Amino acid sequence: MSDARSAILARMRASLGQRAEDAARRAAVADRLQRAPRGIVPQRGQLDPAARTELFCKMAEAVQASVARVASAAAVPGEVSAYLKTHNLPARVRMGADARLAAMPWAGEPHLEIASGRAEGSDLATVSHAIGGVAETGTLVLTAGSDNPTTLNFLPEHHIAVVRESDLVGDYESIWDRLRQIHGKGVMPRTVNMITGPSRSADIEQTLLLGAHGPRALHIIVVAD
Amino acid sequence: MHITSPAFKDNARAALDDDALQRALGNVRSGFIGKRAKAAAALPEFEQLRDAARDIKDHVLAHLDLYLEAYADKVEASGGHVHWAQDAEDARRIILGICEAKKARTVTKGKSMITEEIGLNAFLEEHAVTPVETDLGEYIIQLRGEHPSHIIAPAVHVNKDQVEEDFRRVHTHLDPARNLEEPTTLLSEARAVLRDKYFQADIGITGANFLVAETGSSIIVTNEGNGDLTQILPKTHIVVASVEKVVPTLEDMSQILRVLARSATGQDMSVYTTLSTGPKRPEDPDGPEDYHVVLLDNGRSAMLGSEFQEMLRCIRCGACMNHCPVYHAVGGHAYGWVYPGPMGAVLTPSLIGVDQAGHLPNASTFCGRCESVCPMRIPLPKMMRHWREREFSRNLNPAAARYGLGLWAFFAKRPAVYHAAMRLAIGTLSRLGRRSGRFASLPFAGGWTRFRDLPAPQGATFQAQWAKKRKSA
Repeated sequence: MSDARSAILARMRASLGQRAEDAARRAAVADRLQRAPRGIVPQRGQLDPAARTELFCKMAEAVQASVARVASAAAVPGEVSAYLKTHNLPARVRMGADARLAAMPWAGEPHLEIASGRAEGSDLATVSHAIGGVAETGTLVLTAGSDNPTTLNFLPEHHIAVVRESDLVGDYESIWDRLRQIHGKGVMPRTVNMITGPSRSADIEQTLLLGAHGPRALHIIVVAD
Repeated sequence: MHITSPAFKDNARAALDDDALQRALGNVRSGFIGKRAKAAAALPEFEQLRDAARDIKDHVLAHLDLYLEAYADKVEASGGHVHWAQDAEDARRIILGICEAKKARTVTKGKSMITEEIGLNAFLEEHAVTPVETDLGEYIIQLRGEHPSHIIAPAVHVNKDQVEEDFRRVHTHLDPARNLEEPTTLLSEARAVLRDKYFQADIGITGANFLVAETGSSIIVTNEGNGDLTQILPKTHIVVASVEKVVPTLEDMSQILRVLARSATGQDMSVYTTLSTGPKRPEDPDGPEDYHVVLLDNGRSAMLGSEFQEMLRCIRCGACMNHCPVYHAVGGHAYGWVYPGPMGAVLTPSLIGVDQAGHLPNASTFCGRCESVCPMRIPLPKMMRHWREREFSRNLNPAAARYGLGLWAFFAKRPAVYHAAMRLAIGTLSRLGRRSGRFASLPFAGGWTRFRDLPAPQGATFQAQWAKKRKSA
């Protein structure tokens, strides 16, 4: 397939009137990839932490997510139980190996059954831990791995996502900074999911309906820390 | 797919007489425009972001060869495979090759206009691979044996009762007496049927909204979550993307993301924006074991450096067709190929030739709404004019049109003769039409008077009235 590659690239250079070895062009590309300039970042998310949390919750609710704010990680299992009860769901969730979730006092909810690993098609509710949230649009960011398998975000009817208040940021760019810190520049986990509300479709007569293929409901638990 | 663009005029006439289509098109006219306007108004930086998005793509297009090299290196470094396809046939062959190597029988698909462009579904079916569209709109039209009539709302031409009929016809394993009156019941039924398909599929195929050179990631932007289930459940994930989808960095992608959903559906952000990089890692409990990217050129490299280069900024949001009076009137199928509306009127002649698609750049009122809402500030009307010029210079217009234009040009280049001729014509028409005030038929004006009366001119020419007005003022 390498001849197709060289043919396409040669045609592009011919159309652009450029030569492959042009050092100035190569330098311009290398520089942009290295510097990754930020561009226009909306003022909307540039807030102090308390206002940022408020905005995140407001934006998430505006796209039909439900939000609960709890005082500490210790309150998460209780909130999960309460959510399941309110929605008449069986007391059963599935979650990955995330250490922050594992450290929570699940024993305090003796009726709550916890399955582990990747999701199955029959799971009604799952719990995962987001690496952050973006206040600008009420968007959660989750990354793949055994801690929080990606299927947990898509297969259940109800997706419960936990995010720490201190992990909320104003804009997408702050999330990219964090990913570079964790994984290194130019290196990404297999999947990064930016999730803004529960699944929906307007494909039938442009009528908005929730729960197309992904979760019908997204419940976000914001943990103060 | 069979190209019917040369029959645009007949297609348009049939579309105008199609009651079901006209009912469905009401949803385009009423929904999209207000939602986009509201979303754009709610973000003070929206216009600045449009400029930034345009500048990013201009920079990429000027360095497209180099960004593609950087992107391909990153994909390979993360364990993925990159395939280069010069044209649709190359791309189909590469994809079938992967299907055969994996002994794939069923392929699930996320929504992808590129796979429409290369006619992938029909090709796979011919080779005993069953493609299953999973986007609700795409699923509906696949059941109907149709093609998308809109690039982001593929089934926008279909009404709810038609969906119900199709579901009853195809989902024969379900109770025939079931109630499907509510749209949400239809959605639940499709969800349940497709859920099984995701698990059965050997390969998942998606398109890409962006390819990020910095990281080698492919990005899909969806609302349903079908694209994600398509790419994380099967063992193999194939991304099919055209070469101009590449952007330098995650920051650049973020700039364009901020205008994409707002321009398309009026959402601040679509529900799922997913970045996929390579196959699953050893510690990943889910995700594909193999990750392939098929990069499609199909005529785009020839658009670089031409007067149509700016068209390659297009991010397929659909705003141009959502705001187009011609699209509103005839819908997407009349355009006769994959891409409808103003973006289709510019892109289609580039991809299939102006001799086939010459009617499309003429199907415009030049009202300019498409350009005014295009998040990438693509000068669509200007490029439609370029196509009209090319069509004219290649003698592709009918003789009568060429003769008429030549005659008009003769007068237009001689203002004194033009004004004299206009005075004569207006005066004559004004006298002839004095009684009824309009003409039901008129020589050389059959194209107009076949459908409506032509109002008779009132008195003098515009120029004469203007001169008189200025004098009296």
